Amino acid sequence: MLEIKNLHVTIDGKMILKGLDLKVNAGEVHAIMGPNGSGKSTLANVLAGRDGYVVTDGTITYQGKNLVEMAPEVRACEGIFLAFQYPVEIPGVNNIYMLKAAMNAIRAYRGEPPLDAVEFLNLIKEKVKLVNLKEELLNRSVNEGFSGGEKKRNEIFQMAVLEPKLAILDETDSGLDIDALKTVAEGVNSLRHHDRAIIIVTHYQRLLNYIVPDQVHVLSDGKIIKSGHRELALQLEEKGYEWVKQEAAAA
Amino acid sequence: MNSTVIKHYVDQFQHLQKELISDQLQAHRQSAIELLQETGFPTMRQENWKYTDVRPITGKLFNTTTVDPEKISTETFDNLRLHELDCHELVFINGRYSAGHSILKALPEGVVIKDLASALKDHPQLIAEHLSGFSAAEHNGFSALNTAFIRDGALICLPPNAVIEKPINLLYLSGLNDQPFASHPRNLIILSENSQVTVIESYIGLNDSDYFTNTVTEVCMKQNAHLQHYKIQQESMQAYHIGSLKITQAKDSQVESHSISLGGALVRNDIHSLLEAEGAGIRMNGLYMATGKQHVDNHTRVDHMRPHTSSHEIYRGVLNDHARGVFNGKVVVHKDAQKTDAVQSNANLLLSDNAEVDTKPELEIYADDVKCAHGATVGQLDQDMLFYLRSRSIDENTAKSLLTFAFADEVIRRINLDPIRKRLEYQVIGRLPEADLIREFAA
Ligand SMILES: Nc1ncnc2c1ncn2[C@@H]1O[C@H](COP(=O)(O)OP(=O)(O)OP(=O)(O)O)[C@@H](O)[C@H]1O
Ligand SMILES: [Mg+2]
Repeated sequence: MLEIKNLHVTIDGKMILKGLDLKVNAGEVHAIMGPNGSGKSTLANVLAGRDGYVVTDGTITYQGKNLVEMAPEVRACEGIFLAFQYPVEIPGVNNIYMLKAAMNAIRAYRGEPPLDAVEFLNLIKEKVKLVNLKEELLNRSVNEGFSGGEKKRNEIFQMAVLEPKLAILDETDSGLDIDALKTVAEGVNSLRHHDRAIIIVTHYQRLLNYIVPDQVHVLSDGKIIKSGHRELALQLEEKGYEWVKQEAAAA
Repeated sequence: MNSTVIKHYVDQFQHLQKELISDQLQAHRQSAIELLQETGFPTMRQENWKYTDVRPITGKLFNTTTVDPEKISTETFDNLRLHELDCHELVFINGRYSAGHSILKALPEGVVIKDLASALKDHPQLIAEHLSGFSAAEHNGFSALNTAFIRDGALICLPPNAVIEKPINLLYLSGLNDQPFASHPRNLIILSENSQVTVIESYIGLNDSDYFTNTVTEVCMKQNAHLQHYKIQQESMQAYHIGSLKITQAKDSQVESHSISLGGALVRNDIHSLLEAEGAGIRMNGLYMATGKQHVDNHTRVDHMRPHTSSHEIYRGVLNDHARGVFNGKVVVHKDAQKTDAVQSNANLLLSDNAEVDTKPELEIYADDVKCAHGATVGQLDQDMLFYLRSRSIDENTAKSLLTFAFADEVIRRINLDPIRKRLEYQVIGRLPEADLIREFAA
């Protein structure tokens, strides 16, 4: 589904990703861990198409298409969804309206008619329950005045409504209480499907108790330096990153 | 310097005098035309006109309209009437009052809502008394020109305790003349003790024509009077509009002013309120949107003369293409005006690299125990917000329109007269790319 080869990315002329390789098949869940500033969010943003992130070398292929040249909205219509590490507040843009516009843009892209008001409302009701989002938040401006946890929940809520093919969760678990963590995990697990893939960026192996990944990767200084299974996350939590870095340096 | 144009207006004045010689305002007109000859029109050397060059207006010789307002068919402007609002509507075409098109509903005892020409016959004293609102020093060439040509406009006068439920819409429609013309509407609003009213001034261009609206509204508020005032400026994109609103406020009187400026090639809106007694307060909300080569200048001034007076002002501007915006908000807190509460903000959104705005909040404070705050910003659309929306599959143009509308709506949503708010939201959206995609947003 997604194949990244030798990816080099600069921001403001500064090299952040330095030859990253990653392959994610449909149906899989991949976890990416790594020290602060190693480039995890950069990778997430590059996949979503943020301006100013320049791919200087390497390729990103998504469902057989070259992703690098695609506008962010086209990527979204093609099924890519990024749950942001720091969701932005957008005063004056209604949360539910935005979702409806998003939904209908995706449907139009696929040549489907827009959802009618009732269908949309039913969908919203169902998903709101799934992620336990306070209903009063729906009619506020996007993320405006939401608590940290509410913002994260809202991201998962949007994801649940839009049902992406490739979901990238950038530290969605940070700052969540235990109950919220479980609901987020449920939201993600409900999306698990043989033709979807999920990339989870996290600092804590705890989330992986609830969402069991197929692979765990260590991203350090702009490269994936080690990949493994569920146990790798436990090892990392216990021993930190230093040993992996040394291992990689020795190799 | 602008002697040709002044001579042109003096000639017009003399011509008009033959028609109007007998009425009570002749002395006012006479001294105003003399003042105009003395002072001329403002130039960019004057601090108040520093960023606005009026030569496109003074370089042209505007005629008087030859259109008979009663002969204009009602279909021409039916969609511009505020049908969705139960209101009194005085209709003016090219500045001339049309009794035939106006709709006046039943009024409480003692309330006067009239066109100025008939009011001059019925209430000459009242008008003469209140028209002296401007001192010679405050006059500029345009307000003097307006006074020299006082003829059409509206008189709204409420006796003590009168509360008028239905808003009054002064609908100024312009266009449909074969030559460029000027009109000089003059409105007078007199609100006695404890009276309340909502007045809408709508200035709308009927087509792409070239004309000049030079309007003055004076408001006199007695104790505890309440006014909601709307000025909606949607002149044609070729037109010139200079308008001022001058308010004097007695004890505990409250004004809520909404000024929405969308049309016009060259526009200047002035609001000046004198808070003359304790407890008087004004809220001023303003939105200006300009594109192409439009130039829109908003000047506001509030004089806090006595203690416990308040002014709250929010103005926002959206400037696209080569448009130019000017905002100047002056707050003067006089020596006696302790406990003044004055808050002002002006935010501007520049949608193109060629758009420009000059914003200047001005605070002059001569009292020591006051609460004053002001802020001005100029910025572009927020890139993080834009990316967020795009990452949710909303295309770039739609996302930009959404964010622009959200910015403008911060002012419009303060309008609590629903039909007006909806109409304005509709129109503001209509000016944005992908308008149809975001219509629903304002519903
Ligand atoms: N706009 C920018 N301009 C310059 N440098 C940037 C910019 N954005 C990110 N960086 C740098 O790129 C590096 C990688 O940042 P990134 O946000 O991808 O790290 P991360 O792995 O997500 O870290 P964290 O775990 O703290 O979220 C950091 O050194 C950061 O300072
Ligand atoms: Mg990060």
